[in-house]
Amino acid sequence: MLLQTAVAAASQHPLSGTIAEWVWLLPVLPLAGFVINGLLSLNSAHFGPTDPNTPAHHPHSEGAAEAAALSHGEEAGAVGDDHHAVKRHRWATLTSIVGPGVLIVAFLLALAIWQVMVSAHPETPFIQRYFSWMPVGDLQIDAAFQLDQLSMVMILVITGVGALIHIFSVGYMREDPGYPRFFSYLNLFVFFMLVLVLGSNYPVLFVGWEGVGLCSYLLIGFWFNDKANADAGKKAFIVNRIGDFGLLVAMFMLFANIGVLDFVGVSAKAVELGAGSAVVTAICLFMFLGCTGKSAQIPLYIWLPDAMAGPTPVSALIHAATMVTAGVYLIARSAALFSLSPVASLTVAVVGALTAIFAATIGLKQWDIKKVLAYSTISQLGYMFIGVGVGAYVSGMFHLVTHAFFKALLFLGSGSVIHAMHAAYHSTHSHEDAQDMRNMGGLKRYLPVTCVLMWIATLAISGIPPFSGFFSKDEILGAVFARAHGSTLASATWLGIPGSTLLYVVYGIGLAAALLTAIYMTRMMLYTFHGPVRTGTEEEKYLHEVPWVMTGPLVVLAILTIFGGWLNLPEVVTDILPVGPGEVLTRWLDPVVGPATARITAGASHVPVATEEMLIGLAVLIAVAGILFAFVRLKPSRVPRKADAIPEHGFEGVVANKYYVDEALDRTVVTPVYASSRNFLWRIIDNGLIDGFFVNGSAALARGFGWVGSRLQTGNVGTYAWVLVVGVLVMLAALTLR
Amino acid sequence: MIEPHYPLFYVFHFYLFGAIALASAIAFVTRKSPVAAALWLVNTMFSLAALYVMLDAQFIGVMQVLVYAGAIMVVFLFVVMLLNLGHPSELADARGLGWKLAAGLIGLGLLSEIGIILHAKLPEQLIVARDFHEQQLQKLNAVGTIAAPLFKDYLLAFELTSVLLLVAIAGAVILGRGRAVGAR
Amino acid sequence: MLAESLALTAALFIIGVVGVLIHRNAIIIFMCVELMLTAVNLTFVAFSRFYGTAGQVFVVFVMTVSAAEAAVGLAIIIAIFRHRQTINLKDINLLKG
Repeated sequence: MLLQTAVAAASQHPLSGTIAEWVWLLPVLPLAGFVINGLLSLNSAHFGPTDPNTPAHHPHSEGAAEAAALSHGEEAGAVGDDHHAVKRHRWATLTSIVGPGVLIVAFLLALAIWQVMVSAHPETPFIQRYFSWMPVGDLQIDAAFQLDQLSMVMILVITGVGALIHIFSVGYMREDPGYPRFFSYLNLFVFFMLVLVLGSNYPVLFVGWEGVGLCSYLLIGFWFNDKANADAGKKAFIVNRIGDFGLLVAMFMLFANIGVLDFVGVSAKAVELGAGSAVVTAICLFMFLGCTGKSAQIPLYIWLPDAMAGPTPVSALIHAATMVTAGVYLIARSAALFSLSPVASLTVAVVGALTAIFAATIGLKQWDIKKVLAYSTISQLGYMFIGVGVGAYVSGMFHLVTHAFFKALLFLGSGSVIHAMHAAYHSTHSHEDAQDMRNMGGLKRYLPVTCVLMWIATLAISGIPPFSGFFSKDEILGAVFARAHGSTLASATWLGIPGSTLLYVVYGIGLAAALLTAIYMTRMMLYTFHGPVRTGTEEEKYLHEVPWVMTGPLVVLAILTIFGGWLNLPEVVTDILPVGPGEVLTRWLDPVVGPATARITAGASHVPVATEEMLIGLAVLIAVAGILFAFVRLKPSRVPRKADAIPEHGFEGVVANKYYVDEALDRTVVTPVYASSRNFLWRIIDNGLIDGFFVNGSAALARGFGWVGSRLQTGNVGTYAWVLVVGVLVMLAALTLR
Repeated sequence: MIEPHYPLFYVFHFYLFGAIALASAIAFVTRKSPVAAALWLVNTMFSLAALYVMLDAQFIGVMQVLVYAGAIMVVFLFVVMLLNLGHPSELADARGLGWKLAAGLIGLGLLSEIGIILHAKLPEQLIVARDFHEQQLQKLNAVGTIAAPLFKDYLLAFELTSVLLLVAIAGAVILGRGRAVGAR
Repeated sequence: MLAESLALTAALFIIGVVGVLIHRNAIIIFMCVELMLTAVNLTFVAFSRFYGTAGQVFVVFVMTVSAAEAAVGLAIIIAIFRHRQTINLKDINLLKG
């Protein structure tokens, strides 16, 4: 690939000639990892007498591989186990080096580039144009990477958290026969994600967008022998696709109206679309449709809970830290467009708020530990969208980063728990559900490190200071309140409702969702780690802490969770306490999203400091209240085991069944589409019209013509005389009757 | 085109021979027996020869009798006699009624088209003098009027036609010899 | 008498055409073809009255060709008759495809 540096303008860019020019190496490294691991995976693993990938008796697919995988290995306590050992994949060691290795190298490179950026203070993006991808008439799309502060933040998160999760997977997927395949898919995912955030125009972003959707499908259905997993993968991909349609339409409209598709050009020319015009609103709404698909907001969130069928590191990386945040990133990138359309921004905020509270209510009644975290992710993503919806792009990105830390920690921690549970159940040949909280309880005795680390994450997500989640969530809510006070959004109307009212309502919903978040997260921790042990006396003997290769990344994430708040301390705090520089992230992202933010807050007056302090206090109070409520009202001792579980009734049953959304969609959308496709599109159009009429029909027509022609070949001279005379008649007629 | 006024004698005989020719032709077509048909055709030839003479084509008229009626039709009759086809043919020898009607319709169609064509304007400047043929007859005699253009203006065509006759003779002989050609 | 001659010509020609279409006996069809040629001869002669002797010269050629064609055609018919013992066109259809 030709490395062409950009035109003369870039040669004056402060970053040119530095290590930043090696930015292309960032995605190429994981791509190389994908190729190497992919080749290694072609050499099939050793299978024991029981193929771990066959659908086992475990309702969760994780059980199958885990059960067989844990018969040997680091658990010295496995006694009396007559399961034949499933040897590790032949290339497991090499994969363990290559898989996480490329990520670590990429992270180090990202750090180096970041250092250069810090000292260089670039005001404009650094664009590396590699080749002209689609020059078609007026459309000039280049394959180019854009390095600016926003993409840098995403790169650090992706490579950093990604590296930690890769290391965790070394331990988690240790005995899986598809070990190299797993890492190759993970590496491919990181490659696409980096392309997504590095792209300098919408089409390149879209390549990454689609690619991560593909990898999500591959990884959710990793244990594809179980049909449920394959179905979950399909569901994720198909629902994503619906969103992609929205993004495509937005791109088309963008090109039709402005004629450029690269971010620099769009930001410059966005004003031409007219502030608040129907065109820019339509573009933003379609783009948001794409975001609802990728980032699991209403109405396209339905794939995320099902995606928990994939291995836990996948859930941590893709469905917590990186892929689902692509939607937030997209809106931050398109800040120029969204800031021009108050209606679209308000829509984003409202949908985010509704999603936040909706998912939080569902999370209250889930028993599967991963499902709780899945709905928690959807809910927190709602917060991020509230943030970028009200034009607080920095706040949204801040919450994205902190959420990556503590949600990855939570998922990996739950992965450790499940790992331990599986080991226990496998040792006793039990077929209980290892992910159901009703089968857990009192695990802090056996997994103390994991327990402490997950409590740190729980406090963070509930919004307890000084953990990172408090700062990011509070900043979002503060921004909502400030915008409600005065901004272009407040003065706009949304479906007839004045903007300021709407924003106050969003603020209220945000607070309510925060309360629920605290409650259900504490509930999860209580049922999992505290109270009596429900796992069964036999299994208790086999419960123990997970190996350090898995706990290590958790520790690093916990440190980041504790100190992540320092990324963007609010001025309110730094004015009072000498805790360090404030608003680091705001200043860092200012060159990218500053103008757009200013457009929204134009002329707004500052919220008085006293009010701000009161709001912060209110948020903390609510968080603490939620945690206390859970401690008081939700007694772990009263929870029955899964085997003895009583089905829920009434409203609780509805919530427990996710408000029957999937069932409703199935009846209203899926079944009619399927029926019409089968009866109309397939039977009538495909079989009848295309096959029958066009294909067979044209053959029949040719055959008919042939038959007519053959009837003329009688071999009889008299026939030929007739034909001749009739021909003469016709020709003469043509000549004389002209 | 202005034609001279023809005396009644001339006109009467013209129509008479024309009627005979037409009637003979119709009779010829409707016969089932090849011999009868051939003889009716001979009658048609004769009346046409008379018409030729009346149209100042005396040599052609004689040639019509000599070649057509005298040679060609005789050959036809020879063949009929040789192959013993003289008996009235079976009923199936002509096509059915439907076919006949269709043929009639086609004939009428063609007739109308020819009629339309023949209404075209004829070039006036090529018309020769009224006594042109008289003059020719005086200068060269009846045979000469044909021979002179034949050997002067149309010599090439004449030569080619003679080659054609040669080929036809050879072909007829070979085809008529039957299995003797090459089998032995 | 041009018009009448031409009318007669047309009529004779059409009779010949109809005869070719109707009959199945090869000899009779042949004779119908001769009739058509004769009608054409009459056309030439009728026109030659007004346009010079070229028409009559052409009649000579037509007659010659007609004679040659009659000879060859009859030889063919004889050959066919030898093989198939029939000259009914209905039965001569080896080229049926």
